[in-house]
Amino acid sequence: MEREMNNIVKVAVIIPCYNEQDNVLTMFSEIKNAKYDSAYFVEPIFINDCSTDNTKQILVSNNIHHLSLPVNLGIGGAVQTGFKYALRNGFDVAIQMDGDGQHPPCELEKIISPLLNHQADVVIGSRYISNEGFQSSWLRRVGINYFKWLNKKLVGVIITDSTSGYRAINHKALQIVSEYYPDEYPEPETIVLFALNNLKIIEVPVIMRERQGGKSSIRAYKTVYYMFKVTLGTIFLYIRLKFNGKRHTI
Amino acid sequence: MENVIPYRLQIIAIILAVIFMFFIFRLISKGKLREEYSFIWITCTAFLLLFSIWRNGLDVIAKLLGIYYAPSLIFIGALFAIIIFLVHLSVVNSKQHKQIKDLSQEMALLKEKLESDKKKD
Repeated sequence: MEREMNNIVKVAVIIPCYNEQDNVLTMFSEIKNAKYDSAYFVEPIFINDCSTDNTKQILVSNNIHHLSLPVNLGIGGAVQTGFKYALRNGFDVAIQMDGDGQHPPCELEKIISPLLNHQADVVIGSRYISNEGFQSSWLRRVGINYFKWLNKKLVGVIITDSTSGYRAINHKALQIVSEYYPDEYPEPETIVLFALNNLKIIEVPVIMRERQGGKSSIRAYKTVYYMFKVTLGTIFLYIRLKFNGKRHTI
Repeated sequence: MENVIPYRLQIIAIILAVIFMFFIFRLISKGKLREEYSFIWITCTAFLLLFSIWRNGLDVIAKLLGIYYAPSLIFIGALFAIIIFLVHLSVVNSKQHKQIKDLSQEMALLKEKLESDKKKD
């Protein structure tokens, strides 16, 4: 990472929000008030995914740095907007953080530091290493175990919490996700994307909280669709990257 | 007397095919139908016209393919054409989906740049 030369590392915290009026202000102040190493410059960037509630008004009236999408793109499209922004504005690290308050900002440094020590290109905050804090439903855990198995079979990396949206990526990974990022449920699929682009992925234990408000994007009746969509996406992404001359490689 | 009804039918079929063809050409010339999508419709009308003029055509081809009941050739052909066209539309749809996504993202990024430039001044 060349831009580290003046020793200040620019960190973009990308927070996609869709109808998160109850959470944005708390998220913003938590990120702003958290203590960081003086080597970091942490900038929260909210991506308003065409919310139908007062999310946008809250962002504007509180002068919070945000990008507002003209149409609803879904979580993947919203996060990718943030990645494109980070890449074009010279950020060294991008962190994805859910807008519902599940990801505590106090864990930020934990997931950044392996990037800066060049131990990894992608750092995923995992609930299941130390098994502390909010553990989510059993159905979701079954899904996560299945993705763990799928990723291990395909690319040989073991990720204990592949659905975790709490992750930090460096400049190299940023270039890849600006090119291609799945629209729906992107988290498990991107593990294959990163691994096949020869990026090193590691997990660090984090403690997650239960949602502070609003509803999760993954509900019980959607679980089957979720599993199906992610499996299909992952396998086709694997085939595309593996056999089509790695179109998305930089 | 046996031939009266088929002849009348044939004339109706030819008239309908010509009207359909005229309709397609009008859509293209008015710019309401893009040329790349018009190809399949022109082919369709050509087939319609061909078989409404060549009365025995269907029977001949059915016999050639070993189809016992000639009208089922129509159904098979039409079904096949419809499925192919639907897949084609899904491909077009996916492409547009990506284009809309890219455009929206570009728009959000530009709006942000505009705002931040305004604040700097």
